[in-house]
Amino acid sequence: MLVVDSVSKRFGGLMAVDGASLTVTPGSIIGLIGPNGAGKTTLFSMISGFIAPTDGGIRFEGADITAEEPHRRAARGIGRTFQIVQPFAGLTVCENIAVGAYLRHAKRADAIARARAVAQRVGLGPELDRPAGGLTVAGRKRLELARALATEPKLLLLDEVLAGLNPSEIRDIIPVIRGIRDEGVTILMIEHVMQAVMTLCEHVHVLAQGRMIAEGPPAAVCADARVIEAYLGHGAAARLAAEGAAHG
Amino acid sequence: MTVRDLIPVLVLVGLAALLPLVVTASPVLNFLVFMLIVALGAQGWNILGGFGGQFSFGHAAFFGTGAYATAILQLRWGVNAWAGLAAAVAAGGAVGWAIGFLSFRSGLRGSYFALVTLAFAEVFRILANAAPLTGGAAGLLIGLDVRPANLQFADRAVFYWLVLGFVAAVLVLTRWIQRSRFGAQLVAVRENEDAAKALGVDSLRVKLRAIALSGAVTALAGGLYAQYFLYIDANIAYGGWISVELLLAPIIGGVGTVFGPVVGALTLHGLGEVAKQFAGRIPGIDLIVFGTVLVLAVAFARGGILGLLERLRDRGVGMLPPSAKSRTAKEVPNAGR
Ligand SMILES: Nc1ncnc2c1ncn2[C@@H]1O[C@H](COP(=O)(O)OP(=O)(O)OP(=O)(O)O)[C@@H](O)[C@H]1O
Ligand SMILES: [Mg+2]
Repeated sequence: MLVVDSVSKRFGGLMAVDGASLTVTPGSIIGLIGPNGAGKTTLFSMISGFIAPTDGGIRFEGADITAEEPHRRAARGIGRTFQIVQPFAGLTVCENIAVGAYLRHAKRADAIARARAVAQRVGLGPELDRPAGGLTVAGRKRLELARALATEPKLLLLDEVLAGLNPSEIRDIIPVIRGIRDEGVTILMIEHVMQAVMTLCEHVHVLAQGRMIAEGPPAAVCADARVIEAYLGHGAAARLAAEGAAHG
Repeated sequence: MTVRDLIPVLVLVGLAALLPLVVTASPVLNFLVFMLIVALGAQGWNILGGFGGQFSFGHAAFFGTGAYATAILQLRWGVNAWAGLAAAVAAGGAVGWAIGFLSFRSGLRGSYFALVTLAFAEVFRILANAAPLTGGAAGLLIGLDVRPANLQFADRAVFYWLVLGFVAAVLVLTRWIQRSRFGAQLVAVRENEDAAKALGVDSLRVKLRAIALSGAVTALAGGLYAQYFLYIDANIAYGGWISVELLLAPIIGGVGTVFGPVVGALTLHGLGEVAKQFAGRIPGIDLIVFGTVLVLAVAFARGGILGLLERLRDRGVGMLPPSAKSRTAKEVPNAGR
């Protein structure tokens, strides 16, 4: 449903994303991993329309959306969360989510009802009438997820929704994400928490220094020498293999 | 929007409508009409500045456009005054949309947007001061011809009721905005434009609608001003004074609230008038009051008088039901000290 065709983004002298390609098929949870500064968030921003690619194209359900505005893409069914959470701090949790719900429900009563249902779903039910500015980190992450979900997306881009959560909070939210997929929402998620990537994703893409260096099932990708080197530095794979042989 | 949503509006406006039956002195009525006109213009500012978070320092651009449109159409082309007023509203909306298009499309926000609106108002003032169409520096005098069809009334109370009716209509409009999708999207853009876009909000369109609506309402106030005082010049219609008034009233009353602009205009002018009565010989005493109230509001009452009342209520100090908020609003500046 989503085809990213060798897109690049240059910030001055820095190639943040360098000819990255990616295909997302409907109904899956796909992971996007890579070391810090690899260009993952930049790639998401290009898919959701906040940053224009320097080069390359993006297609969604057959339509070329490379130059389309973010709100048009949201209307098409691309929802995103922000790695750095962006709550409407002066509004209540319910009002925050309702803004998303208004995309498909023009009537206030419908939008509010939808917002409440989504809040319940992600575990924000008790916080509905609290100001969003007063939420904890975990609460804000849930709010990001809830707002995006309220737009009733076909494709949901999750940018590190688990970062900053403690292990029990992560355990709580993993079934929620899987549940969203089970309802037919395709998910593309950036995640550093490998445990979550392993349990959730069927397929993983690895971005390093702006380039796609590997893809495949999570277990295979984690064993890939190029991936280990990208994370741990040049020669790391060989060192690990040698150590493994010595101990084995 | 249900009838229940409108009860506070109906009660307050009903009470205000009784006022001319009690006070009949012309100076008092002049004062009340002027205050209501400022309140109406400030309601216009509040749609864009309060709900949309786009602070304009130049709402005189709309006030003046409304005033000149009303006057010029009557004087130069013999258009009926009521039709002139309707045209003024349309002109205000159009000027608002145009200024919005130029500034929002190029991504101006915050203080840059404020400065651009200020610049537009100044340019309009200079043009109106020079152009023959607007009567140049001599201004425009609308001839006295007291007939309801001319939007001129023998009894000042009638004009008071007319302006009050418009204020009430905009209160209802604002209440509707607060409860509508448009309003939710506008507030979302104010709070965080990127997040709003990600949720499918066409922020440019929403802001353009807001500035057009805002300009239309403020132009209505300008048209009514011209029609009541029957004289305008560039420094009145496009003057910095009106930009400041229209911005101060909502800030003091409570930005982004339904009653804020009205409460603010009432407080400012009420206190200014009281000060003049007690210290009439000191020139500029009302301006000193303006300044003091503003400093107090900014220092102690973020969210204005209504915001302060809400916080007092939340703390259980006032124990006010929501509908009582505005009724007691006038006491607050004292409470703040
Ligand atoms: N707006 C920008 N202007 C200039 N450089 C930028 C901009 N946004 C990102 N970069 C740079 O581009 C590179 C990729 O950043 P990006 O945020 O996409 O990485 P990331 O993979 O999401 O990293 P992280 O895992 O830390 O979130 C970084 O070197 C970053 O400093
Ligand atoms: Mg990132």
